[in-house]
Amino acid sequence: MAGQMQPPGVNPMIPQTYRVNKFIRETHDTFSLDVVPKGGTEPMFFQPGQFNMLYAFGVGEVPISISGPKPGTQGMIHTIRDVGVVTRALHHLKKGQTLGLRGPFGSSWPIEESKGQDVVIMAGGIGLAPLRPALYALLEQRDQYGEIVLLYGVRNPEDLLFTKEFETWRGKYGVQVKLTVDTADREWRGNVGVVNTLIQRVTFDPLNTVAMICGPEVMMRFAVSELKRYGVPEQQLYVTLERNLKCAVGFCGHCQFGPAFICKDGAVFRYDKVKPFFGIREI
Amino acid sequence: MKTLESILANHPFFANLKAEYLALVTGCASNVRFEAGQFIHRQDEEADSFYIIREGKVALEICPPGKKAITVQTVSDGEILGWAWLVPPYHWQFDAQAVELTRAIVLDGKCLRNKCGEDHTLGYELLSRLLPIIGQTMEATRLQLLDIYGVQR
Repeated sequence: MAGQMQPPGVNPMIPQTYRVNKFIRETHDTFSLDVVPKGGTEPMFFQPGQFNMLYAFGVGEVPISISGPKPGTQGMIHTIRDVGVVTRALHHLKKGQTLGLRGPFGSSWPIEESKGQDVVIMAGGIGLAPLRPALYALLEQRDQYGEIVLLYGVRNPEDLLFTKEFETWRGKYGVQVKLTVDTADREWRGNVGVVNTLIQRVTFDPLNTVAMICGPEVMMRFAVSELKRYGVPEQQLYVTLERNLKCAVGFCGHCQFGPAFICKDGAVFRYDKVKPFFGIREI
Repeated sequence: MKTLESILANHPFFANLKAEYLALVTGCASNVRFEAGQFIHRQDEEADSFYIIREGKVALEICPPGKKAITVQTVSDGEILGWAWLVPPYHWQFDAQAVELTRAIVLDGKCLRNKCGEDHTLGYELLSRLLPIIGQTMEATRLQLLDIYGVQR
């Protein structure tokens, strides 16, 4: 869970130059950049749930969760939604072009702590991206965990991420994968409704379950409430929080959340630690 | 072979319902099956049925004029379909179409209403099971309306 910073000797405020190794189109507005250090061959280490600050030269810097790669492969994948000036600039990057990168920063999902238990992963929208490395890590040691459940909700079927991997997760690893969308037309044969409603359609032992939740904050509030209703203890619920991350190392204070800084104490938090502040509008 | 009563007893909606009430409810019940694509009911039709989904999936749809039908919710195994049979004017608000082969138990809405009228404790039992579902549906609808996955500006 503890945040893993850049290697000693590297100034965390100075971006390193990375090269786009692969550009992956995910949906109409979402893409992934697989990046490697420019000229470097050293393996890159990160913990599932951590993020990097990606710098589009001359435009700006944004915090982006690490969404891959699969264990044992090179590079770091960042899944990005094109919603602003910087993400648009990143969207226009092509293979071989460069960008700045600081990181990895922040806390991580409780992979080790979840051993011997069931794991419920609840994702909304692009929230599946930071959870994918957690899923990879769980599946790498599949026999160490009980039931693994993925509940994933998006706005409509076209917004589903990583769809090619669902069948592998289901078939090869026995993950209970349930998808839902907010609205759809008749072409869609799956579930329609909010992600919380999927909980009743899967099997897990609530008292012996760790839940990892990532999505819009409103969705997470309802997800937490629903999981608690099923009996998952608060100490076994993990959420991610998003605020205005700037320095990413706890200097600037932009991302203060109650007594915590999201950049260095989060973005993954155990729910009971942030519960007092979770529903406060002003924070 | 399972009896209707035992199937109903094992459905989450009727969990722990007293045997005497289960017997009353079973008196209004029969098995139904819908093929994928088959309409179960249409908007504005008389709502005289209450479906207990055993297996399968049903889409609730709205069809805006001149546009494709929009699915706003799906219900599946262990869930129920419809409460319009309980609320005047007893008309369906949505189209319901089976997405896949769906097996259900249908309860005659009029029969059930009469029994609830005769025995208010049964009525209370059923309402106290329906209300949380209605509440959850309303909560879900609000979340869908918020469009939380849309771009927040």
